[in-house]
Amino acid sequence: MTAVIDEARPQRVSFFNDPKVRSRAAQIVFALLLLWVGYEIYHNTSANLAKLGKNVDFNFLGNTAGFDIIQRPIEYSRESSYLTAILVGFLNTLIIAILGVICATILGFVIGVMRLSSNWLLAKMAAGYVEIIRNIPLLLQILFWYTAVLKPLPGPKESLSFLGVAFLNNRGFIIPKPIWGDGAGFVGIAFIIGCIAAIAVSRWARQRQERTGEQFHSFWAGLGLIIGLPIVAFLLAGAPVTFEYPELKGFNFAGGTTILPELIALLLALSIYTASFIAEIVRAGIMAVSHGQSEAAHALGLRAQPTLRLVVIPQALRVIIPPLTSQYLNLTKNSSLAVAIAYPDLVAMGGVVMNQSGRAVEIVVIWMIVYLALSLFTSAFMNWYNARVRLVER
Amino acid sequence: MKNMLMSLALGAGLSVAAVSAASAATLDDVKAKGFIQCGANTSLIGFGFPDDQNNWTGLDVDFCRALAAAIFNDPTKVKFTPLSAKERFTALQSGEIDVLSRNTTWTMSRDTSLGLKFAGVTYYDGQGFMVKKSLGVNSSLNLNGASVCTQTGTTTELNLADYFKANNMTYQVVAFEQEQEVLKAYEDGRCDVYTTDQSGIYAQRLKLAAPDDHVVLPEIISKEPLGPVVRQGDDAWFNVVKWTYFALLNAEELGITSKNVGEMMNSTNPEVTRFMGKEGDFGVAIGLTNDWAAQIVKHVGNYGEIFERNLGESSQLKIARGKNALWTKGGLQYAPPIR
Ligand SMILES: N[C@@H](CCC(=O)N[C@@H](CS)C(=O)NCC(=O)O)C(=O)O
Repeated sequence: MTAVIDEARPQRVSFFNDPKVRSRAAQIVFALLLLWVGYEIYHNTSANLAKLGKNVDFNFLGNTAGFDIIQRPIEYSRESSYLTAILVGFLNTLIIAILGVICATILGFVIGVMRLSSNWLLAKMAAGYVEIIRNIPLLLQILFWYTAVLKPLPGPKESLSFLGVAFLNNRGFIIPKPIWGDGAGFVGIAFIIGCIAAIAVSRWARQRQERTGEQFHSFWAGLGLIIGLPIVAFLLAGAPVTFEYPELKGFNFAGGTTILPELIALLLALSIYTASFIAEIVRAGIMAVSHGQSEAAHALGLRAQPTLRLVVIPQALRVIIPPLTSQYLNLTKNSSLAVAIAYPDLVAMGGVVMNQSGRAVEIVVIWMIVYLALSLFTSAFMNWYNARVRLVER
Repeated sequence: MKNMLMSLALGAGLSVAAVSAASAATLDDVKAKGFIQCGANTSLIGFGFPDDQNNWTGLDVDFCRALAAAIFNDPTKVKFTPLSAKERFTALQSGEIDVLSRNTTWTMSRDTSLGLKFAGVTYYDGQGFMVKKSLGVNSSLNLNGASVCTQTGTTTELNLADYFKANNMTYQVVAFEQEQEVLKAYEDGRCDVYTTDQSGIYAQRLKLAAPDDHVVLPEIISKEPLGPVVRQGDDAWFNVVKWTYFALLNAEELGITSKNVGEMMNSTNPEVTRFMGKEGDFGVAIGLTNDWAAQIVKHVGNYGEIFERNLGESSQLKIARGKNALWTKGGLQYAPPIR
């Protein structure tokens, strides 16, 4: 290729017109500029901080926080440190991000497949969903769901009761809290064994099918192992669990576990919003698989369901996964809008610590590092998955 | 090439923007630019709130106008920056504003490690609680198990944690960054209790659909001395802000009001002549003109007048002077003499 171009070019080029030299020079100048901007930012920040008699120092993270947090995945009270408060915020971000990714993926796949449906009404409904949802700013949707969740729900005294053990009111969804007794560890061990066994069975089934062509319902067998083994262990250990039931006491229910309305609203908004983008990605991915592929599969005698599962989806996934990754990253970053509705995520907690301690630069650094790490981790995971589902040519 | 030029321009713009840091000579800067940049509240009736005619009113807002009157003999030479509780200190530290007058509590850490300095206490307040009347609660000691709505970045959320801990009570804190959200959540029933500085509670209650359905509990759980704040390390500017506050108090004590300030010019009482700048060089000594104090009173009135029109009987809030009365009337407001 280069040879062709070289021939087409006049023999002697002036040094300054040589594209290679020019692009090198441009890159060097750009890199220098970048370094200079970075240095200026660093220099100005430290100079301005020095002027205020401040320095960058992370030791303040050990000081007592002094405020309370509504959702605490780990032990936290007002006596805990700023660091613990930030950690609580980080875990809350993880909770909403993981739940959001799962819900958005399921909903997005359903809507995406619906858009391709031959049923006119279904297809149009899915199209309407996508067009409306992705064109409304997310913050408005979050505030909408927060009001939509809170407004119609009754106060604690008029809670909606589910069999008298779980309750729904404007303080959240309050469910019984399991308290594990002696021997509960066996259930966990049984679960892990079940998972390993399920993987082994599916390997064995695949190898056997490749050898003999005989099929085995490894999915159902695996599911049986994963669910069945822990149940057996649970019964053998003498059902080592008691439940702490929520009870109306004074202002609200005491006991049990509360799923906050803030979490529910945020989860609804993030999954519904992100699903509208995922639906388009899924639709594009499926449409990218040439029609000849399914025709060939039909010609070989495969029915519609196995065609989809064995021929279309594996090829569509290759197209779907890279843009899906960026949607997951978007969802994680968008979860910081939680600040608007009192969900204590990393940004909200960092903001509180920043305000109470006056340590702005340090907190911004923590925010940047954590979000960068989260994004890199998600990308790495999705790249690994992408590599796995890549078309293996034999 | 085009890209290169663009990045050059970008880089230059960035570093210029970054270089403009807070200067130590705020008074000179203010005089040079011709106005004061004042960080204020936008949504707190009585302290910083737009009235029906869209004029910004309130005790904190009037304090900035008094500063402008002292410096420029013109109370309109002030620009306001609306700030949330969370943004306010960064705005002051970074030099975005010259003075912060936004119902801000004087605490030790803010006065020391945050690099700020409080110039006085323009309003003595304390934290209180508001609940729906229908709950039948009459003391904050009966709030065990309640959910409480409040704003982040305030002393309020810290006092709240202290109070429930000290009284061995549990609670659920629902903390928002924006004040409108706090009030909305309280009104929607997300919380049983709304808490903030008591003056703020009375102000916010007016915004509820049915203010009379809500009661303010009698307990005051903290000390909230609210006042104007400046940056550390600029004594000249600090003096101007501090003495503007003292001038407002001294005027009330001497009986000088916006109505009689003209006649008072002819007074032979030495304390009044010093206040008016007819004797001594007190104004010039702090970088202003000698009639600085007279200008303040002429344009915005004395402390009592400001209190009365924003918070007192002639306002919607009808808050009694209480601790904010002059020391001569049994209150805490006390200013050193001008001499
Ligand atoms: N005095 C307290 C609280 C000040 C504060 O921000 N109060 C709230 C509640 S009254 C407020 O003014 N909010 C109005 C707003 O953010 O717009 C402090 O300095 O931390």
